[in-house]
Amino acid sequence: MTENMAWLPLAALAVSLVAAIAIFSLPETARPVRTVINLGAAVCKVALVALMVGRVSLGFEDTFSFQIIGGIDFVLRADALGVMFAGLSSILWLCTTVYAIGYLEGAANRKRFFGFFSLCVTSTLGIALAGNLFTFLIFYEMLTLSTYPLVVHAGTQKALAAGKVYLRYTLSAGVVLLLGVVILYSLTGDQSFASEQGLDRYLDDHRGLLTLVFALLVGGLAVKAAIVPLHGWLPRAMVAPAPVSALLHAVAVVKAGAFGILRIIYDLYGIELSALLGVTTVLAVIASITILYGSLRAITQAELKPRLAYSTISQVSYIVLGVCLVGPFGTIGALAHLLNQGLMKVTLFFCAGSYAEELGIHRIDEMNGAGRRMPLTSLAFTVGALGMMGLPPTAGFITKWYLGIGAIEAEMLWVVAVLVASTLLNALYFLPIVYRLWFCQGPAHGVGQWPDEQRLGRLETHGWLLWPAVFTALASLGAGLLAGLPFSPLEWATRVAVGEYLP
Amino acid sequence: MIWRFGLLDSVFAPLAPSHWALACALVLPLLAGVVAACVPPRRTWPVLAVCVLVVACGAWLMMDAWQAGLLRWQWSVAGVTIALRLNGLGALLLVVSQCVAAAAALYAPGFLRLESPGPQARWLWPLMGVTLFALSLVWMAADLLTLYAGLELLSLAAVGMLVLSGKPAALEAGMRYLLLTLVGSLTYLMGVALIIGHWGELSLARLAEVVEPGAVAWIAASLLGAGLALKAALFPLHGWLTPVHQSAWTPVSALHAGLVIKASLYILILLWSILLPETHWAPRFVAWLGALGIVWGGLIAWRAQTLKTLVASSTVAQLGYLMVAFPLLLGPGVAPIAKSLAWQGFWLQLLGHALAKSAMFLAAGNLILATGESSLAGLAGTSRRLPLSLLIFGIASITLMGLPPSAGFTAKWLLLHAMVLEGHWVAVAALLIGTLLTAAYMFRMFRYSFDETAPRHHYQPLGRGMDAIALVLALAALVMGLLAHLPLALLQGGDA
Repeated sequence: MTENMAWLPLAALAVSLVAAIAIFSLPETARPVRTVINLGAAVCKVALVALMVGRVSLGFEDTFSFQIIGGIDFVLRADALGVMFAGLSSILWLCTTVYAIGYLEGAANRKRFFGFFSLCVTSTLGIALAGNLFTFLIFYEMLTLSTYPLVVHAGTQKALAAGKVYLRYTLSAGVVLLLGVVILYSLTGDQSFASEQGLDRYLDDHRGLLTLVFALLVGGLAVKAAIVPLHGWLPRAMVAPAPVSALLHAVAVVKAGAFGILRIIYDLYGIELSALLGVTTVLAVIASITILYGSLRAITQAELKPRLAYSTISQVSYIVLGVCLVGPFGTIGALAHLLNQGLMKVTLFFCAGSYAEELGIHRIDEMNGAGRRMPLTSLAFTVGALGMMGLPPTAGFITKWYLGIGAIEAEMLWVVAVLVASTLLNALYFLPIVYRLWFCQGPAHGVGQWPDEQRLGRLETHGWLLWPAVFTALASLGAGLLAGLPFSPLEWATRVAVGEYLP
Repeated sequence: MIWRFGLLDSVFAPLAPSHWALACALVLPLLAGVVAACVPPRRTWPVLAVCVLVVACGAWLMMDAWQAGLLRWQWSVAGVTIALRLNGLGALLLVVSQCVAAAAALYAPGFLRLESPGPQARWLWPLMGVTLFALSLVWMAADLLTLYAGLELLSLAAVGMLVLSGKPAALEAGMRYLLLTLVGSLTYLMGVALIIGHWGELSLARLAEVVEPGAVAWIAASLLGAGLALKAALFPLHGWLTPVHQSAWTPVSALHAGLVIKASLYILILLWSILLPETHWAPRFVAWLGALGIVWGGLIAWRAQTLKTLVASSTVAQLGYLMVAFPLLLGPGVAPIAKSLAWQGFWLQLLGHALAKSAMFLAAGNLILATGESSLAGLAGTSRRLPLSLLIFGIASITLMGLPPSAGFTAKWLLLHAMVLEGHWVAVAALLIGTLLTAAYMFRMFRYSFDETAPRHHYQPLGRGMDAIALVLALAALVMGLLAHLPLALLQGGDA
């Protein structure tokens, strides 16, 4: 094994970029070739990221860099935290691609959709592997641009209006972030995420400025992470097609924001400095408010996708909350949740999309008895929903357990209260759905009719829609059951946390 | 400041082939223009051959200028000394001008075939040749006389090109442009006359040595500044710009918005850095106007009804970005680091905008040609039918919005960095607000194009390569952002 395989992070990034260019240059009608390119690139990416995970576990940090302007480099680095996010995005990209191919069967503008879809994944991977703040910023803005055409894909007035709101939030946030980054650079110069030296040496002279920059950076990232009160775009963006919602919520946009906050706190400021500045406590309070607010709003939603959207708002803030507990257990909980929430949420969105496609179900009161008509999909949905509530043995339980320990360790007992309240609220809005699925009499029992039933395949629905959901449901179950094995989300999160707290 | 423009004695003589490259770069566009006027090219390849030759000469000059630091030529004709000089900055501007002009020229045959204009179309070629010649002269001029000749030639050629379409609206706008540009020239000439009368120096380098601050320098600088601001369409003297582009031919618009107005801006900053070095109020005043221009241009573009108005108004805002950097370049007591960052950001923004704006005009022209509609509402459904033209427009708009990874972003980064270091917070705010406004009007255009409910109508198929040319320009602006240290090294190279 060589010391530095610089091509590896670049190749992982380039795979989906090349796929995007290839898709854009193919004609709209070249469906089989496009499918092959999509799946081939997704599989390649998973393989490359797996190789990166292996290299990181052997202790290598592959780095690729070149100069942009004097003193500022473009850096891609495969470190433990970055590879974790990269692994999540590459696996879920594969699943979502499979799902999207089935979902968009016969729809218009598929070339545009898959082209920007690939660009979106390129940006996500770039965010994961960015080795300094400047590179991070590049991909963060690219993500905004590449997701806009996906959000407005349907081209209806509602979709266009949602796209407008989405841009208004994300571009303003981008400007705030840019300002923060520029001020920080003018203070410190190029600051690598891998730097052992945090910003501690500026604490004495520039305490106010450091706090201001932190507020600007986290404020800019909080929009994508949908932290209250900057969450307004997310429920509206639900007009996007189901695979887009799945990707936006599980990996791409919201996670990019949360991941950015992790990078800022762990790798830029350093956890001790953040705690010293007192910003983590403020952030913990805001995250707790978001958790409760998101859950409360979710209960009031009558439609399935908006309910899931508000649930995302609430769940992503667990990650931020975990970080702000300033302790190893909180960190493990936060990082594990980054992966677990991705798996569970993508499952739920896949299922919601399948219900809408196969049966025309959009509202929750239309879901009676769907478990009998679509047993596997409903089983997957149930696993996801129970995971969201944090019941053992699902992945969600692991998160809440570690967050709880972290809160007690940090002597922040009010956080435990927030966790308990949130679990109750989660149960309040997920259990009725599960109850309707399995225990209510519905059209499958001869009571009433499905809103718009299609028979898409020999199975309960189209195979391309069914299997990704089943796979991610199994994965999220496995992440909980097999949490002790190597390379499980928990094990990897522990590795990162140990690296963070035991230098 | 003067040394940054290469106004000093050169150490090395130009290489022997460089004389030929210079002659070729200057004369070939003129010659080819005359030939094309006699025998208008119907196909692209003869145009391509000439363009490749011209750009190759420019590239050679750039390499030589990079190695030597500065190239100087001097001739004495009838007792008058004419001097040309080329440093890294000049070489960069020269090559980008040649590339943009080449793109416009390559685009023209396909455009003219679809547009099928009258016999006056043949005049496009010599006018384009003169434009490129005059631009090259402006980038290389080392004395006031050459500078004036280049500027005057450029303005007249530009007016000629813009009225070629022959529509009544074009003629009316063109007449207004002609009058204003003549007024600008007159004001400029008065400033030059004042300088010559008072200091008796034509050469810029020697002028810089003898100039002393005082009333004369101020009056001369304000006369020159007013004339050039009018020609460069700097806010608030931009009123003529939008109508002129409204009915002009696409390749002409690309050339004009990308380069011609930049020449006046270049002369402005060059002369002011000689006449008003280290002054406080003049650059501040320009910067305030620039900040207003960013907002005003953005608002006008935001409520534009036609595609060309949108693209043309955006130029006013983009020029504002350059104007707000004036205090950093000319102001007193600016730290060397901030000055150097601002200097790099200024030129990178200018070059990136030149490439992106011409790409955008070509893409907009393609959309208008194909749909047959010039209004924004007429774009409905184009995202399905003309995805490539729209994608090119999108790539170009990334640079104009200043989002990564484009030249616009890297330039904005450099400018912001300099402004933060110097504490110019109003300028920072102007730049950031400009970003949001640009995004607002660009995405307004995309919203129309994504509309799927619009009725289908006939689309005119475009010639091969018409999209490709625009794509190359747009991608060049994008890549220039990531590889910015290469052009910036050239700017530094001229410093040594």
